Amino acid sequence: MTCALEFQDLTLGYDRHPAVHRQRGEIAEGSLTAIVGPNGAGKSTMLKGVIGILRPLEGRIAFGGLTRSEIAYLPQQSDIDRSFPITVADLVAMGLWREIGGFAGLQTAHHARIAEAIAAVGLEGFEKRPIGSLSGGQIQRVLFARLLLQDARLVLLDEPFSAVDVRTMADLIGVVQRWHGEGRTVLAVLHDLDTVRTHFPRTLMLAREVVAHGPTAQVLTAENQFRARQMCEACAGPPHTCGRIAA
Amino acid sequence: MMWEILVQPFADFGFMRRALMGCIAISVGATPVGVFLMLRRMSLTGDAMAHAILPGAAVGYLVAGLSLGAMTIGGLIAGMAVALLAGFVTRVTALREDTSLAAFYLISLAVGVLIVSTRGSNVDLMHVLFGTVLALDDDTLILLCSITSISIFALAILFRPLVLECADPQFLRSVSGLSAMAHFTFLALVVLNLVAGFHALGTLMAVGIMILPAAVARFWSVGIGALIVIAVSAAMLSSLSGLLFSYYFSLPSGPAIILVAGLAYVLSLVFGPMGGLAGRVFPRRYLKT
Ligand SMILES: Nc1ncnc2c1ncn2[C@@H]1O[C@H](COP(=O)(O)OP(=O)(O)OP(=O)(O)O)[C@@H](O)[C@H]1O
Ligand SMILES: [Mg+2]
Repeated sequence: MTCALEFQDLTLGYDRHPAVHRQRGEIAEGSLTAIVGPNGAGKSTMLKGVIGILRPLEGRIAFGGLTRSEIAYLPQQSDIDRSFPITVADLVAMGLWREIGGFAGLQTAHHARIAEAIAAVGLEGFEKRPIGSLSGGQIQRVLFARLLLQDARLVLLDEPFSAVDVRTMADLIGVVQRWHGEGRTVLAVLHDLDTVRTHFPRTLMLAREVVAHGPTAQVLTAENQFRARQMCEACAGPPHTCGRIAA
Repeated sequence: MMWEILVQPFADFGFMRRALMGCIAISVGATPVGVFLMLRRMSLTGDAMAHAILPGAAVGYLVAGLSLGAMTIGGLIAGMAVALLAGFVTRVTALREDTSLAAFYLISLAVGVLIVSTRGSNVDLMHVLFGTVLALDDDTLILLCSITSISIFALAILFRPLVLECADPQFLRSVSGLSAMAHFTFLALVVLNLVAGFHALGTLMAVGIMILPAAVARFWSVGIGALIVIAVSAAMLSSLSGLLFSYYFSLPSGPAIILVAGLAYVLSLVFGPMGGLAGRVFPRRYLKT
């Protein structure tokens, strides 16, 4: 099994304050991994490091043959301008950027794939609607349709299921499992541990440092969760105590 | 009769035909840029850039008198310098773009006023501020039309990156490195069109023909293509009627054109179907299922 990503003593942070500290480990190609941890544990920071928005303060991430354009990213808070007059179909079509670039036109085959992606997330009939007229959960479905078209080998999802109802979540998990079946690597930040147990074979628990990483059942133990909470309470204190476990 | 009122001035006088042609060129070039300014919530940036151009034009005037080339190049240099400096400061420091832009344009404007007031007469200041749409010569017309062509061409090429940069900048940055390029090219287009506009309408009025028609269009449509078509039409109609008003009532033509556009804006504000005031006062019944 080759690895898609390897964290080599990776330290990420803001204004010299580390938010992820000396992370090690690797993510296997084709794996479906949940990232869990308390608020402020550095989960979003880690994904930003992978996609390259944040530069490492120290260490590096090694990509096993992945180029940056093969990574798709769904941020925790998208800064989509909902008042911008763009239709659902046009926003989804932007997922084809890697194929059509900034300037080329759309071919008939592209239109078929756009329609297919919109259908896959259950939004048929919404193609011509402006994005401003959609609900929060419907926007999330639109973003998943765009991710589908990106055809990425590594998919990063930051809390993709917050603010969606049970039905939408089931549909979107179906999409994630389809990616898994196609051999893509998926990393998803989640807070709902039941979802993690049911659908994610592997888990990475983060509390500024890696608490545990492995098969979900072995990671999500009461002991690990307690340790993660403790480590994060230490983080909530003054910066110099950060990342140190109370001995 | 009506026909005569509308056509006679243009049939009789060459300067009116030239003025109309210049205004149409500006409408076609500057207004789509204005639509993008509005969509990116940068309408006031247009205003700031217009002020920033002033010292460049003033220096051009001091060096070469009322010369088209010198004032154009001066305006371009000053505008681009402010756009680039502000963009640079935004990207490398903690300052947001609106503040850094305001800082640079205020400096630029102060320099401009200083130059004009120490070295030029009031007539020159009036020229730079309010333009001379009724005295456009061949060279100026060619310049206006060239700038319009460049602008339309560049917008057509940049359309997708620009739309995405407005709608979902984070996504654009995650899939492509075009984000900064699109932003700066767009600012360059703003400067270019303002420089074109200031020959006809003056630095301040040039922003008007850029922004007001875009604001008009917002009340009549939501699609981006329709916004551009409506805005360009509104700009052309305002130019035509503004020129006629100024002809019959001997008003200065630059402000007349902008005031007609302003009137169109107020009417749209009240009667426009997309969020106009009338829709609020007399709400339509909701659809029964
Ligand atoms: N833009 C920023 N500037 C400065 N500090 C930040 C920034 N974003 C996050 N942080 C800090 O970095 C730490 C990790 O934040 P991060 O967003 O990665 O947490 P998270 O694990 O995603 O939490 P949540 O579950 O709440 O989304 C936090 O202590 C936070 O205060
Ligand atoms: Mg987060």
